[in-house]
Amino acid sequence: MLKTFPKGGIHPHENKITSAKAIKKLPLPKTVYVPISQHIGIPSEIIVERKEKVSIGQVIAKSGGYVSSNIHSPVAGTVTKLDKLIDSSGYKKQCIVIRTDFKDQSNFEIIDTPLQTEIKLSETEILQHITDYGIVGLGGATFPSHVKLNIKKDKIIDYLIINGVECEPYLTADHRLMLEKAEEIIVGIEILMFALHIDKIIIGIENNKKNAIDNFKKLTTNNNKIKVAALKIKYPQGSEKQLVKSLLKREVPKNGLPLDVGVIVHNVGTIFAIYEAVQYNKPLIERVVTVTGKKVKNPSNFWVKIGTPVKDLIDEVGGLPEDTRKIINGGPMMGKAIKNTDVPITKGTSGILVISEDEAERKRSKNCIRCGQCVFVCPMGLEPHLLMNLTEKRMYEKAFNEDIMTCIECGSCSYVCPSHRPLLDYIRFGKSIIKKLETDKN
Amino acid sequence: MNNQPIIISASPHVHSSRTSKKLMYDVVIALIPAFLVSLYVFGISALIVTSIAVISCLVFEFLIQKYLLKTEITISDGSALITGILLAFNLPSNLPIWMIIVGSLVAIAVAKSSFGGLGFNIFNPALVGRVFLLISFPVQMTMWPTAVENNTAIADAVTGATPLEIIKEGLMYGETMTELTSKIPSNIDLFLGITGGSLGEMSAIALILGGLFLIIRKVITWHIPTIMLITIAIITGIFWLVNPEKNANPLIHILSGGVLLGAFFMATDLVTSPMTKKGMVIFAIGIGVITVVIRKFGAYPEGVSFAILIMNAFVPLINTYFKPRRFGSKIKSKIV
Repeated sequence: MLKTFPKGGIHPHENKITSAKAIKKLPLPKTVYVPISQHIGIPSEIIVERKEKVSIGQVIAKSGGYVSSNIHSPVAGTVTKLDKLIDSSGYKKQCIVIRTDFKDQSNFEIIDTPLQTEIKLSETEILQHITDYGIVGLGGATFPSHVKLNIKKDKIIDYLIINGVECEPYLTADHRLMLEKAEEIIVGIEILMFALHIDKIIIGIENNKKNAIDNFKKLTTNNNKIKVAALKIKYPQGSEKQLVKSLLKREVPKNGLPLDVGVIVHNVGTIFAIYEAVQYNKPLIERVVTVTGKKVKNPSNFWVKIGTPVKDLIDEVGGLPEDTRKIINGGPMMGKAIKNTDVPITKGTSGILVISEDEAERKRSKNCIRCGQCVFVCPMGLEPHLLMNLTEKRMYEKAFNEDIMTCIECGSCSYVCPSHRPLLDYIRFGKSIIKKLETDKN
Repeated sequence: MNNQPIIISASPHVHSSRTSKKLMYDVVIALIPAFLVSLYVFGISALIVTSIAVISCLVFEFLIQKYLLKTEITISDGSALITGILLAFNLPSNLPIWMIIVGSLVAIAVAKSSFGGLGFNIFNPALVGRVFLLISFPVQMTMWPTAVENNTAIADAVTGATPLEIIKEGLMYGETMTELTSKIPSNIDLFLGITGGSLGEMSAIALILGGLFLIIRKVITWHIPTIMLITIAIITGIFWLVNPEKNANPLIHILSGGVLLGAFFMATDLVTSPMTKKGMVIFAIGIGVITVVIRKFGAYPEGVSFAILIMNAFVPLINTYFKPRRFGSKIKSKIV
């Protein structure tokens, strides 16, 4: 029996078109647009000036607080502009624009660096590296990693879970990374085991990535501390709370974190970034991005420098197909639609999905037929139809009492609704209003 | 890229291919076996009753939406079609045509449109139509044509009582079940549908087939039909074990009357049944209990329609009090 979470979930078409395509290096972009808030928390503070020459990996914006992160220059070049530009959120955000100097790109050719297994740093040095080199969660939430790893004395952590689930349809960035950088990821895990004094590790991988599972099993045969677990193909299997429940049968309490049940969860991409930061002093300046879509000529996985405009990636896969109507930053279930291809890749971008005419438009919403599908598929045990109604009627307090704030916005309810009701849209709206009411009150 | 603008919308950007229309037409497909049996048993009159009910339901829905409510016309969504078929299935095959039309009017206008249309009705429209007719025209509504093979005549059909009526009256006049068993069709006939009764309720096998189709297609879940049948079997079983001469056995109870039609097609109506699995169990137990109580102690020989309508009224309450367990609300797992 494959492990999975007990309640809810859906199984959309996987469409993992690019799972057999090795990660290619994207040519250096002419210009990079680096937003200063690529992570959850306080935006970083710009410490470079216009016309300043920057080298690759140099800090260009420093952490703005505890829950924040350093941002490094992904290329060597000249700062041409400090401007507000539209990023993937759809809002104008402060960006550092750097024109690449093609002559000087010597450092950090990491992809070809040899495997470095020996851990030379001490525990505190490791954590310092993770903080300094701007490591954030690469699964999509972009939570600064050092915050996650800074465990208070009274908390006891006994499990480290490595999230290699990648349950979003289409995306294969983590899958490819697990195949191509498995040994490095194991070293990354060992670094964290050493730094955090944890000796129980589970790598959770969805069962549609059998080669990745086998690969890790082979590498860990002599290692009784690291277990590899195959998980049932079910969305949202990769959600932290659902993953912890699936693997350990521990339930993260309402409004709590995995930390509360003695678990830390890290994405495989993050683990690889930690490996590079600790073993090669390499800041987080590039990541794997899947560029895909049913009609895209040559869908691929790329190593992409942070700040590269989406345009460059699209050009590399053969341009936008004729009938493109939607471009998504991320996967189809939780990704954000972007307005144009000028938007830059950030630390949280795991994929660019191009959707054509026939799938882009939403169908018209009809009356709720009270079929209960949204209730059955909700992994959090909520009643989306009720939350939508309450939000529609502006009964926010009632919605709060019905646990609207615990919604993980996985979109299963909207996906399954036979009447095409915009359930998640209303729930999001309700959540934002309640958040605002709460901050106003304080 | 062509000149069409790029669409910006919130996630999710993909959708399941299931639509409410498809769900509705799956129900229609599931009703076909029972309809074929009724054609075989009652002949052309089954077709006439069903067509009249379906057409009048669609026409009333159209007229109400177009001229009274002045809203969008949604007669193609399949819901009025199902109401028509289910109403017909709950009528005797020799009911005067104008009564069928009145029943359809009550179902669509009173039970559905006046509540706000599809999705807002509290009571199952077809059952409201049926019960309205039963109370208003008790004589015609309980004159059942008996099963005559190859019967094509509409007016001359021989009428007789349903198995449940024979049992109820027989027991009232002091007959024992041993005597009554010879008067009602055999279990095999009940199973196949060679018996008297409402148009679509007789053939157990056809209804079970349709019901299984709905469960496999995930239009309904197994909870309501299974729990309802088990409840009826247990309660009637207890009565039967206590006094087999005064009580029909559970098999007769389940195979005769509207139990199977009710269990698979009426109680499971998406709009009027609870939305959580816990709620469905409570709902189904309630229907089972009320059905047996009416059959055993009530004035009517059959109680499924009333039982479902009564439990329909409790659905909002059930939805309020039987909620799914919220993730993380009670920490079972031990914290180390």
